[in-house]
Amino acid sequence: MEYVIEMNHITKRFGNFTANDDITLQVKKGEIHALLGENGAGKSTLMSVLFGLYQQEEGNIRINGKDVNIKNPNDANDLGIGMVHQHFKLVHNFTVLESIVLGRETTNYGVLKMSEARKKVVELSERYKFKIDPDAYIQNITVGMQQKVEILKMLYCDNEILIFDEPTAVLTPQEISELMKIMKQLVAEGKSIIFITHKLNEIKEAANRCSVLRKGKYIGTIEVADTSKEEMSEMMVGRKVNFIVEKNEQHLGEPVLEVKNLSIKSKYTGKNVVDQVSFQVKKGEILCIAGIDGNGQSELVYGITGMMPIDQGQIIMNGKEITNESIRKKCLDGMAHIPEDRHKDGLILDYTLQENLVLQSYYTDRFQRRGFLKFDAIKLYAKELIERFDIRSGQGENSIVRGMSGGNQQKVIIARELDRNPEIVVAVQPVRGLDVGAIEYIHKQLIAQRDAGKGVLLVSLELDEVMNVSDRIIVMYEGEIVADVNPKEITVQELGLYMAGTKRSVNNEVKA
Amino acid sequence: MKSKLNSEGTIRFLSSILAIVAGLLFGLIILLTSNPSQALGGFAMIIQGGFTDGIQGIGQTLYIATPIIMTGLSVGFAFKTGLFNIGATGQFTMGALAAVLVGVKCTFLPAGIHWLVAVLAAMLAGALWGAVPGILKAYRNVNEVIASIMMNYIGMYLTNMIIFRTIYDELKNQSKPVAASANLPKAGLDQLFPGTNINIGILIAILFVVIIYIILNKTTFGYELKACGQNPSASKYAGINSKRNVVLSMVFAGGLAGIGGALLYLAGSGKYIQVLDVLAPEGFTGISVALLGLSNPVGILFAGLFIGYITVGGYNMQLFDFAPEVIDMIIAAIIYCGALSLLFKGILSKLLSGSKKGGKKS
Repeated sequence: MEYVIEMNHITKRFGNFTANDDITLQVKKGEIHALLGENGAGKSTLMSVLFGLYQQEEGNIRINGKDVNIKNPNDANDLGIGMVHQHFKLVHNFTVLESIVLGRETTNYGVLKMSEARKKVVELSERYKFKIDPDAYIQNITVGMQQKVEILKMLYCDNEILIFDEPTAVLTPQEISELMKIMKQLVAEGKSIIFITHKLNEIKEAANRCSVLRKGKYIGTIEVADTSKEEMSEMMVGRKVNFIVEKNEQHLGEPVLEVKNLSIKSKYTGKNVVDQVSFQVKKGEILCIAGIDGNGQSELVYGITGMMPIDQGQIIMNGKEITNESIRKKCLDGMAHIPEDRHKDGLILDYTLQENLVLQSYYTDRFQRRGFLKFDAIKLYAKELIERFDIRSGQGENSIVRGMSGGNQQKVIIARELDRNPEIVVAVQPVRGLDVGAIEYIHKQLIAQRDAGKGVLLVSLELDEVMNVSDRIIVMYEGEIVADVNPKEITVQELGLYMAGTKRSVNNEVKA
Repeated sequence: MKSKLNSEGTIRFLSSILAIVAGLLFGLIILLTSNPSQALGGFAMIIQGGFTDGIQGIGQTLYIATPIIMTGLSVGFAFKTGLFNIGATGQFTMGALAAVLVGVKCTFLPAGIHWLVAVLAAMLAGALWGAVPGILKAYRNVNEVIASIMMNYIGMYLTNMIIFRTIYDELKNQSKPVAASANLPKAGLDQLFPGTNINIGILIAILFVVIIYIILNKTTFGYELKACGQNPSASKYAGINSKRNVVLSMVFAGGLAGIGGALLYLAGSGKYIQVLDVLAPEGFTGISVALLGLSNPVGILFAGLFIGYITVGGYNMQLFDFAPEVIDMIIAAIIYCGALSLLFKGILSKLLSGSKKGGKKS
C-alpha cells in the first residue's frame, strides 16, 4: 500500500522533555486519518514537525514515497501540506477573498490582480457548496463560515494533504455534520486528511483509521470501524474512562441565585448583547447555559460576577440583592467564578502556584497578619490543595503557573474556587481544551458541589457536556433565552436548532 | 551547579552583564572614532571608574549613585504595578524644591530634626506630584506617560518660579544655600572616605531598597500591586481595588523620587538648584537604572552603583581630552543593549541547554 505521508520513528525533545518518543504515523492516500490523544500527548508537536515548525531529532519523513526535509512551513506548503489551525489565523477586517489570497496574491507590476483569484475561489466554493460571499468581511461571518474560509485557503493553494486541528471545537452540531460531509467529499476526490481531535464520536463518524498517542508515545493505529469508543478511549488515557457522568438523585432546594431582567448594552453598537435575561438556579441544581459562542453568555456571566457593569436588572443571591456589590463582596458572600479565559482572568501566570491559590483569600487573617503575608500558612495550604486536587507541576507550590499544562492550570482555579466552600459556582467552559481524564475529574467536582446542595451555573459550548452534566438547560441566542429544557427530554439535534436560532420555546417578546 | 546556571535569575543576571559589556565595547568604538590616540587611556578610565582615585573615588561613586538609586526605585516600583513613571524627573525636582525651601527657611527647627523635616517635605512634595497622574490614570484613564511628562514641565517651571520669588541667589542664578542644620549628617562616613561629599544619603537609599523589597515581596499590598501590574484583568477578578493601587503606586513612586531630590541637594556638596529651563537628568537616569536593574530593588541598587561608578570614570576621562558627554553616550549604549537583553537571554539559554545536552551525550 502506498502511503502519502510516512513519519517514521520521529523523536522530538525539548531539553530533558521528550514530546515525541519514537512515533510512527502512516497516512494512506484518500483517507481521513484521525490523530487521537490527550492534551500534552504530543499531537501538536508531531504536526508541527510535519509542518516544518520544529525539526525532529530522530526519524525521517517521507511524502509520496520520497524522503523529504521540511525546514519551515513554506517547505510544507510546497509539498502540498495545508493546515486549519484550531484558532483561525484570519484578518478581521479583510474580505473572504482577500483572506484567501493573502500571501499568494497574484499581482501585475505590484498592483493586485484579484479577478483570477475571485474566479478560482467562486469555483471552489461552488464545488463544495460553501455558499460563501467572497466580499463579506471576516468579522461579519459566523465562526463556521470562517472555518470554511480556512479550508478554501488550503484548497486555493492546491494542497493535497490537509491537517485539521480540532476543527469541531467551535461549531454547532449542524455545522459539525456539514464539516464531516465536506471532509468526506475532499477525500473522495483523492485528498488525504489528518484529523486531530479528542472527540470519539467524530472519529467514529468520519475517520477511516486512527493513530493514538499517549504521553509522547505511539500506542497504535486501528481501523475505526472495528474498534469501539471504549477501546479507543482506553488506548488514549491508559485506563477505563466513564463516559456516563454519574449523578446521584437530585435534591432541589431554595433558589440560590436569581437573575431578573438582566440587560447589558454593547459598548460599540449600543445593542443589547444580553437582553432581558431572567432565570433561577436552585440549591442542588446544575443549570447549564448552552449556546454558540458569542451569543451573550460571556457578557451575562461577567455581569453576574461583577466584572462588567450591567445596564438593567437585578441579581439576587440567597434572597439578598447583590446587584451592585463589588466583586470581592460577592466573592465573600459565596460566589465562586471559574472564568472563561483562565489566562486572562483566572490566573496571574508569572506568580507561583501557591500565590495563585490564595488569589481570592490572601487578604484573610489566615494568610496575612498586619499586612504581611504569612508564607508558611500559604505554603501549607498550597501543599494541601495540591495533594487533594492532584495538581501536577515541576516544582510543587513554587512552580510558576505559566509553565504548567492547561489541565493543571485549570485545576489550580478549580481548587481555589471550590475550596472556598461557595454557595454558587459560576463555571464558564471549565473543561475547554482539557483531555478526557481532566474533564472527567472536573465534572465530578462540579457534581459534588451540586450533591452538597450548592448551585452550579455552567456555561458550555460543548454539547456532550451540556447534555451529560446539567440538570436543566437554558439556551441563549443573540442575548436572549430561547429555550428552557430538560436534558432528558431533548435530543442533541433539537438543541442545535435552538442554538442556531431557528427554533424558540420561550417567548421573550411578550415580556418586553 | 548546572541547575543553578540554568535558573531563570542567573540567566537574567548574566544577560544584564552581557548588555553592559556590549555597551562598553560600543563606547570603545565611540572613543576610537572621536580621538583614536587617547581612546585606550580614556577607556581604561571608564573601566577603572570609581576606583581611579582610591577611597575618594569610591566615596564619590556612592554620592553620585544615591539620587539615581532613589529615582530608579521610583520608576521600578511603578513599573511593578504596570505603570511607566516617566515623571520621576518632576517628582525629583519638586522634592528638591521642598527640601531646599525647608532647608533655607525653617531655621527655627532644632539641628537634629531640621534635615529630617526637609527630607519628609521632599517626600510629600514628590508624592503629591506622583499622585496627580495616578489619580488621572485610575479615575479618568489618562495615560500616565503623557500626564507625568506634563507634570515634569509644570514641576520644573514651578520650581524656577518659587525659587525666584523666595530663595533666589541673584548673583549665581540659583537657590540660596540651605542652613547647615538641614544638611544630611555625615555620621563619620566622611572620615571613612576623606575628601568626598558622602553622607548618610546612601544609607537612606539602601534603607529604601530594603523597604521596597519588603513591600513588594512580603506584604499583601505588594502582592496586590504586582498582581495589578502583571494581569489587571485577573486582579479585577480577584476583587483587588486596582484604582486605589494605581494611585498608591504613583504616590509611593513620587515619594521615592522626591526623597532622591532631597538627598542630592541636602548633601552639603555645594550643589544648588539652578534656575534653568532644563529637566533634572536624575529622573531620566532613574529610568535607565530601573531598566538595567530589571525593576528589582536589589538590582536597582547595583545598577545605580554601577552607573555612579562609570560616571566617575567619565569625569576622569576629561584628563584624556574627552568631553564628559561621551560617558553619557556610553551609558545610553549600555541601556540600549540592556533593551536587547532578551536577545542575550535567548542566546544564553540556548548555549547553556546546548552544553547540557552535550554533557549528557558524552
